Order: sequence, then structure tokens, then C-alpha cells
Amino acid sequence: MIFSFDLFSNAIVSGVLLGGFYCAVAVGITIAFGMLDIVNIAHPAFIMAGGFIAYYCNTYLGIDPVLACVIAAVPAYAIGRLLYRFYYLAFEKRGEESLQGLAFFFGILFIIEVALILTFGVDYRFVEAAYIGPTISVGFLAIPWRLLVPLIVGLAVIGGIMVFLSKTFIGKAILAVSQDPLALRLVGGNPVRVKEIAFGLSIATAIIAGALLIIIQPIEPSLGRDFIGRVFAIAVLGGMTSLPGTIVASMILGISESLTTTFFGPSWSPAVAFGLLLVALAVKPAGIFGR
Amino acid sequence: MTNLTRRDTFSLAGGALAAMASSAYGQAGPIKIGFGMALTGGLAGGGKAALLSYQIWAEEVNARGGILGRKVELVHYDDQSNPATVPGIYSKLIDIDKVDIVISGYATVPTAAAMPVVMQKGKVFLSLFALAANDEFRYDRYFQMQPNGPQAKFEFSRAYFELASKLSPKPQTVALVGADAEFGVLAVEGARANAKKAGIKIVYDRSYPPNTQDFGSIVRAIKATNPDLLFIGSYPPDSAGMIRAIHEVGLNARMVGGGMIGLQFAALKQQLGPMLNNIVAYDLYAPEPTMNFPGVAPFLAKYRERAVQAGVDPLGIYIPPFAYAEMQILESSVNAVKSLDDKKLAEHMRATKFSTIVGDIKFGDRGEWAEPRVLLIQYRGIVGNDVEQFKQAGKQVILDPVAFKSGDLVTPFEPIKR
Repeated sequence: MIFSFDLFSNAIVSGVLLGGFYCAVAVGITIAFGMLDIVNIAHPAFIMAGGFIAYYCNTYLGIDPVLACVIAAVPAYAIGRLLYRFYYLAFEKRGEESLQGLAFFFGILFIIEVALILTFGVDYRFVEAAYIGPTISVGFLAIPWRLLVPLIVGLAVIGGIMVFLSKTFIGKAILAVSQDPLALRLVGGNPVRVKEIAFGLSIATAIIAGALLIIIQPIEPSLGRDFIGRVFAIAVLGGMTSLPGTIVASMILGISESLTTTFFGPSWSPAVAFGLLLVALAVKPAGIFGR
Repeated sequence: MTNLTRRDTFSLAGGALAAMASSAYGQAGPIKIGFGMALTGGLAGGGKAALLSYQIWAEEVNARGGILGRKVELVHYDDQSNPATVPGIYSKLIDIDKVDIVISGYATVPTAAAMPVVMQKGKVFLSLFALAANDEFRYDRYFQMQPNGPQAKFEFSRAYFELASKLSPKPQTVALVGADAEFGVLAVEGARANAKKAGIKIVYDRSYPPNTQDFGSIVRAIKATNPDLLFIGSYPPDSAGMIRAIHEVGLNARMVGGGMIGLQFAALKQQLGPMLNNIVAYDLYAPEPTMNFPGVAPFLAKYRERAVQAGVDPLGIYIPPFAYAEMQILESSVNAVKSLDDKKLAEHMRATKFSTIVGDIKFGDRGEWAEPRVLLIQYRGIVGNDVEQFKQAGKQVILDPVAFKSGDLVTPFEPIKR
């Protein structure tokens, strides 16, 4: 093992950059899975859909991939609301959301994947932007723009949602529904509408995360399945319902993976990251920020 | 009115029966060729390109009147890149669809998953790009299209280390890195042995898990060991990630590359563009004058006309020519033995040297190519990201084997300064 301050510093920076991307990927899961108790395992498929929207807008319309997906997040929000409304009427209202709901989202996952294959084919796709390629050098630190942009956008998305949840009436209602839907109903709130809005937000964040993914690496329609384990782990480690917890968990995973890769070899990085998850849950079963 | 004797009646009836049988033979159904193919999932990029090549061949054969006077029909199912679906698909193909011939899907895992069913039925089995899939089964009716030769895992790095050894001064150190998955592990295992054989010290030897996003940390750790050579065994997204990180981190080495899957596909070539310059990598076909085999240019022209519509690799220089050549071998064998009998077909395939659009092919031990023909190419003069340039000669110079060589190795590899 070769150790130097240069390597150590770069590993920390790489970990933070990676953590920023994980934030953007996991925030939607924290909302859906943690706050709303909806096991949306199709979330990675929505991320891939976002990636392909970015690809299409970038390749055929010349639009920046992030900008394209920020715009696409608006209709995605509406689709998310409709999807929750259907899910509520078909499963949740009848109390059948546990198993049937899981199967429903499995179905959605495959439908999105096949739709992407039929529309875009199975070849790897990528985007072009001025920030893909150049690197900022600060002393011995090398910071690639293609990882810095996902960090900035990822933190902006999660920060925006945190402000929305803490400062607006609907946001506070979402936090309330995540704690006690019945109590919300007792004070005159409509938990179904509140959950509908929150689920719409969750899908919108997935679309933006797709743009960040395609900036980092080429994508093909089935790539999304690879993310399921990691994003669920981040949500659990963060404490399920906590967005600050998601940020901290993403950074822990990113930095631990990066340090392990640099000093002990990349094949150990998932073991160390998930080992940390196990230790954290053993010490604090509700997750870092869980209550 | 003529009175028919009993003998006349029998002879007329016999004649009628014979005529019916003859007519039935003339109108015999198509020759059915069955296979599972990855049309969705991670292997679909290769699977769909292979299917398009098979379809082009079938259309051409049927336009010529078929084989043995019978049209050919492709019967295929999507294996979803999932080996669990494969045994069921091949059982259905053989027992219910009653196909005459079975061939493999794309890549190693689906091929290996089909082997037990195919072997049980005694079917001849041509496979498309399955790495050492018959090493354990040792099935004598198995024939593989990828030109790895009998020592596949050593072949992917043999030329790399042979050429490195001839550099002056001779490189002293090498870093090995590969994906923690089948190809990466085998490629690096072979590289380890070849490095040892060449007397080159291994200073970094690590694998990375699938779905790695950050290759910067890996490349930085490699750079800290200051290797003369860097050998990589990677899959498509990793190949792109590694090359990007090498340029971002600024890793200098005399040779960089090796067994990198994905660089053969138009999408990655286009995306990486000038970052590919001086990278050396294995390949199977390159549009160099030394590989201008009869029939390959018209096939590629036909394939490229339809590739965009089919959503598959628009260059088609990796899998498609070999998929088409596979069917040429099948057609030639059926015509030669004038039968669909699996035993006769296998005997013919074992004994014959076939002329195809990817050159002459002779099968050897375990159904692999008797003589390996994995190419080591070097990217040169790549400017911008236009995919058309990769159709030209001189951009992917063949360094090895000598019989197909189109240029000399250029060193060192230098990252682009940005």
C-alpha cells in the first residue's frame, strides 16, 4: 500500500464528488421509500428514463443535459402524481400495497426498460457538454468537471427539497404524512394528495439524477438495475425519512469507497461501504438520522 | 370404358402415392434455425446486432432459393441476457418448435447455460463469442466463432506483452487492473502469466467491482506506482470510465490498454474520440487493407444501411461479420453433407477449412479456432468525435498478428492536457 497526503486528499475529494452524485440518486428513494412508505423499486428505471431524455435533448436538440432534465422534471412530476393516484386506488386504498404494490413497481420497471429499448435501441448512449472532459487543478488536487457538476446539481436538488419541506405548508404536510398520516387527516389534511405531491417530487428528482448519470458514464436501458442496492442502502443508512441523513450517508459511502479503492483496492470498496452500513445499523438501527 | 385389373389398380395407386410423396418433398417446410438471443438486458447491444446479421444472411439465402431447395426460417426468443431463461428456450426450440438446427445466443453465459440441453439432444452447436464455454463440457459438436484459439485467456494479452518486451529500453513494470467479472478476471489472469513470462514486474494488481462510477481513485492509485505499462481488462462502461480517468488524472505510461471490451463499438469510439489515440486494445476485425476479405465490404454496407433503424451499433465491425460468417459456415456445411444430420454436420465442421467474410476458419481443440486470431490494434490520428473516421483504414492500426499487421507500435501513451 502506497500512502501519501496527495493520494489521501484526492481520495477524499473523489469521495465527496461521488457522494454528491449518490445524493441525487438516493433523494427520490428517501422520499418514496422512507417518507411515503412506497417501495418504488422502479426508481432506477426512472433514472434511466432521465438519462435518455438528456441524451435525446442533447443529441437532437443541442440542449444541455442537465437543463433538459430540469425542464423534463416538470412533466415527470405530473406523471409521478398520476402514478401515485393509480397506485393508491389500485392497491393502497385496499390495503394491498405490500406485495401487489411491489409487483406493480416491478412491472413499471420492466415497462420503462422495454420502452427505452424500443425507442432508443440497446446501444450505449452518451452526451456532449463543455464540462465533460476538462479538469480543474488546485495544487495537487484534480477535480473533473464531469463529477463536479453532478455534485453541485445533486446538492442543489436535495437542498431545494429540504427548503421546500421546511418552509412551505405542503412541505410540512409531507413531513407530517411521513410521521403520522392519521394525525394529518385528523387536523383536516388530505394525506393522499400530500403523498401524491411528494411522489411526484420523487420521480422528478429521478429524472434529474438520470442527467447526472449520463454525464458521468455512457448508459444503456438496463443499466438502472445496478443501482437498486446502493440507493436503498443510502436511504437506510441515512435514517429513511431524513434528507440530511441522505446527504451524510451518501458522503460516507462515497468517501469510504474512494479511500478503500485508493489504498486497499477497488474490489474491497463495496464490502467496506456495506460493512459500514451494517455497523451503523447495529449501533443505531434506525439509521444515522433516524428516530 | 376401360376395365382395370387388380394389378393396374395397385400400380396406379402406387404411382399416386409416389407422386404425393414427391410433391410433399418438393414443398417441405423451411429449415428452422433456432436460438435464444439477448434482445433486452445488458447483452442486448451485441445480441440485436447479431440478430440483424442473421436476418441479412437469411434474406440473402432465401433470395437464392434456400438451402437444399428449402427456405430458411429463424426461430428466436429473447433470453433477456438472463441465463436462467436459456435452458427453457432451448428445450422449447428442440421439443416443441422442432427446429432443425440450434445455434447459441450472444456471449459466454447464455451459451454455457444452453450447453446441457443441446448436448443431451446431440445437436451440433455453433456459438457466438463464448469465452472458453466448452473447456469443461468438451462437447465434440461445439464450434465457436470468436477467434480466441485454444488458450483464450492468454491470447488476449499475448501480443501486448510480446510487443512491450521488444521496446527499447525494455519496460520493467506493469499495472494490471480488471473488472471483477468473468472477462476481466480471465483477461487479467492471462496478463499476469504473460507479464511473468516476459520478465516484467507487476506493481499493481487489482480488480474493481461491477457498477463502479469513480475510476479516478483507481487511476490515481495506479499512477502512484509509476508503471511503465498499464493493462486493463474491462467492460464497456468501465472502459469509457477508465480512459476518461486516465486523461483526467494525467497518467503517463509507455503502453496503455489491453483487453478492453467496448472500444470495438461505435458509441464508445465516438464518445472517447481523440482520447483513444495511442491506446492499444484487442479487437477482432479492423477495416485495414490487410483484412479486406471477400464479401466483408458488401455485408458491412448492407448492415450499416439497416443498423440505425434497428437501434444497433452503426459501425458493426465487431460482432456482425462473425455472426454472418457463422451462418456461412452453417450453409456451407449443410450444402456439403446434403443433410441436416447433426453427426454428419459436426464431422464436416471439424474437418473443413471454411472461407468466410472474416477470413479462413478452421476449428480445432474444443471447437475453438485452431489458430487464434485475436488482433492487437492501436488507435491513431483520431480527430474529433465523428464516427465516420472509424470506417477508414489507418485509424485502428493492426500491430499483431504479423499476417494482418498494418503498422508499427507507437509509444508512449500521453494523456491530453486540459
